[in-house]
Amino acid sequence: MVGILEDKDRIFTNLYGLHDFGLEGAKRRGAWNGVREILSQTPEWICDQVKNSGLRGRGGAGFGTGLKWTFMPKQESERPHYLVVNADESEPGTCKDREILRNDPHLLIEGCLIASYAIRAHACYIYIRGEYVFERERLEAAIKQAYEAKLIGKDNVHGWDFDLYVTHGGGAYICGDETALMESLEGKKGQPRLKPPFPAGAGIYGCPTTINNVETIATVGSILRRGAEWFAGFGRPNNTGTKLMAISGHVNRPCVVEETMSIPLRQLLEEHCGGVRGGWGNLKAVIPGGSSVPMITAEMAESALMDFDSLREMRSGLGTAAVIVMDKDADVVKSIARLSYFYKHESCGQCTPCREGTGWMWRVMERMVTGEAEMTEIDMLLDVASQVEGHTICGLGDAAAWPIQGLFRHFRHEVEDRITQYRAGRPHVQGATLVAAE
Amino acid sequence: MSVRRLSPNQPASFTFQPETLEKAKWWIAKFPQGRQQSAVIPILWLIQKQDGWVSEPAIRTVAEMLGMARIRVLEVATFYTMFMLEPVGSVALVQVCGTTPCQLRGSESLMAVCKSKIGPKDHLSADGKFYWQEVECLGACANAPMAAINDYYYEDLTPESFDALLDDFAAGKAPAPGSATKRQGSAPEGGPLTLSDPALYDGSAAKPLKKIPNAAPKAKAKAEPTA
Ligand SMILES: Cc1cc2nc3c(=O)[nH]c(=O)nc-3n(C[C@H](O)[C@H](O)[C@H](O)COP(=O)(O)O)c2cc1C
Ligand code: SF4
Ligand code: FES
Repeated sequence: MVGILEDKDRIFTNLYGLHDFGLEGAKRRGAWNGVREILSQTPEWICDQVKNSGLRGRGGAGFGTGLKWTFMPKQESERPHYLVVNADESEPGTCKDREILRNDPHLLIEGCLIASYAIRAHACYIYIRGEYVFERERLEAAIKQAYEAKLIGKDNVHGWDFDLYVTHGGGAYICGDETALMESLEGKKGQPRLKPPFPAGAGIYGCPTTINNVETIATVGSILRRGAEWFAGFGRPNNTGTKLMAISGHVNRPCVVEETMSIPLRQLLEEHCGGVRGGWGNLKAVIPGGSSVPMITAEMAESALMDFDSLREMRSGLGTAAVIVMDKDADVVKSIARLSYFYKHESCGQCTPCREGTGWMWRVMERMVTGEAEMTEIDMLLDVASQVEGHTICGLGDAAAWPIQGLFRHFRHEVEDRITQYRAGRPHVQGATLVAAE
Repeated sequence: MSVRRLSPNQPASFTFQPETLEKAKWWIAKFPQGRQQSAVIPILWLIQKQDGWVSEPAIRTVAEMLGMARIRVLEVATFYTMFMLEPVGSVALVQVCGTTPCQLRGSESLMAVCKSKIGPKDHLSADGKFYWQEVECLGACANAPMAAINDYYYEDLTPESFDALLDDFAAGKAPAPGSATKRQGSAPEGGPLTLSDPALYDGSAAKPLKKIPNAAPKAKAKAEPTA
C-alpha cells in the first residue's frame, strides 16, 4: 500500500474524476447519506461533534471549525445569518479545492447545508475564483441537481429552508482573505477590512457571517456520518483528520492526494509522488504549506510531519498543505524572488508597509538572484521584511515577508557567495536563463 | 499592485446582447433586494465574454444598471486583473502561469514559445489573432506548467505540446482542455495509486445508516424556523 490512509477511510472518493460527479454518482459513493438524521439533531450537537473531531480550517490558518461556528449569534435577528464558502484558492502551490469543486461537488453542497443549519443560516454563497470557469460550471450543475431533487431550496426534504448561490471573483489573490472576499462579494474592490468587527458579528451586508474553506465544509458530512472519533483517529492530537495534500515542483510525479494528517513528509513524497527528482539526496528545500510559509531544508524535510505542530516547530507551517519541492537544480533564490513578485502583484495597496514593501523587497530580491546586490542589503532586506511583517491590515504582508525570511534563514551563505562571485566578475549562471540574457 | 488603465481607444457605445442581458438578470437575482451591486464582477465578466474586453461605455452601462457610481465600477474593472481593458486576440487569449510551482517545471520555456509565436507579452499579435500574458498561480500547480486559453486549462505542457496547441488554435480547431500527457486529473502520472477499492463505488456507502454516530438519544425540537 502507498501512504498511510486506506481507501475505505477516504472522504474524497472521486478526487481524480474517474466517476460521475453528479448527484447519482455522489449518492452511490455515500454523499447525502444520513443528512436528514444529522439535521434532526440540534445545531449545538453538530458544533460539538465537529469540535470533537478536531477539524481545523483547511484554508490555511487552521482555526477550529466547530468553535468558529459557535461564535455566531444563537438566535437569528432581523439580520439573516450567512455561510460563505471560500473557493478562491489562489495560494501558489494550492490546487486541492479545485478537485472537490469539479469532481465531488455534492460533498461540498451537503456540507453547506449542514454548516448553514449549524450556524442558523438559510443562505450560503460559494465564492469561487474567476479563473475556475470549468469548476464553476460543474458546481452550478450539481447545485441545480440538488435543487431539483429537493435536497436544498425552500421546503426541501431536510426540513431546513436553504438557498445556495455561486458567485465569483475576477482574479485577485487577496480576495482569498476572508474580509477582502466579503468586500468583493458585495461588489467592491477586494480590500481587506479591519477587524473587529469580526465576520460572526458583521460580515456580508453587515450580517452575521461564517467563512470557511471548501475542503473544511466538504469534510463535515463525512465526519458526522462516520463519527467524530473516526476523524479524530487520524493524525496526532491537535492535528487530526485526513487532509488533501497537493505536491508540485521537483518530484517525479506531482499529484493531489488525500492522506492522514501527520504523515511524514518524506513518506508522502516517496510513496505518492515517486520521490524527489534524482533521489532523496538531490533534495534541496521544501515549501510545505503553500507559498506563504517559510521553506525548510532537505535535512528538516527528513523528519517533518505534515501537520500544524511539526511544521510550526520548524518555523514553517502547514498552511494549505501545498508542498512545493525544490531539488538541487532549482535556483532557490530565484524561486523566492518569483514569489516576491507575486506578492507585489497581489498587494491590494491599502497599507503602506505592504504596498511599498512588497515592491521594494521584490526589486532587491531580483538583484540577490544575480548577485548584483550589495552585501549590506541582505540585512536591510531582512529589516524591511520584519517591518512589513505584523504591521499590516491583513496576512498578505506577513505572507510576503516569510518566504524571504525562510530563504535567508537557511541559504544566506548562498546569496553571499553569489554577491562575492558577482563582484569577482564571475556572475552566477546556475539553473535557468539569466535575466541579463533576455 | 498592478497599475491598470482603460485603453485610450474606446468604442462610442455598448449594447447588451439579449442573452447577456438575460444572464445578467439571473446574476442580480442571486443577491438580496437592494444588493444588486454584488453582481458587478459576474456582469463585467459576461460583457467580456460578449465583446472580448471591457470598454468604458460598458462600464457606464453597468453602473446605470446596478445603480452604482461610475467610479465604483471603474474601480472594480481596474482592480481585478481578469478584466481585459483592451481588445484581445480574436482567436485566443493565452495566459501562461508564471508563478514558482510552474516556473520550477518550465513555464519560462512556454513563455518563450509565446514570444516567438505571438510576440511581446501584453500585446496583440501582428495578425490580431492572439494575445498572451503571464499570470499568477491559476490553482493547478500539480499539473504544472500550464496555461489558460480562453477560459479553460491546458496542463502538463512542454514547449513542444504547447507549440502544437497554439497551432491548433491558429488553425481554427478547438483543442480539448486538460492534461497534454493525458493524465487523469491530478492523479500521479501513470495513473492513480489510491482510490482503487471497488467497495467505494459499488453502492455500499449508500446503504441507509441505521443511526448516526453519537446521536443524541431523543431528537430534539428543531431550531425554530424564521420568517
Ligand atoms: C492573503 C490571504 C489569502 C487567503 N486565501 C485563501 C484562499 O484562497 N482560500 C481559503 O480558503 N482561505 C484563504 N485565506 C484564509 C481565509 O482568510 C480564512 O482564514 C479561511 O477561508 C477560513 O476558512 P477555514 O477556517 O475553513 O480555513 C487567505 C488569507 C489571506 C490572508
Ligand atoms: S497587507 Fe497588503 S494586501 Fe493586506 S490590506 Fe494591507 S496592502 Fe492590502
Ligand atoms: S503556480 Fe502555476 S498553477 Fe499554481
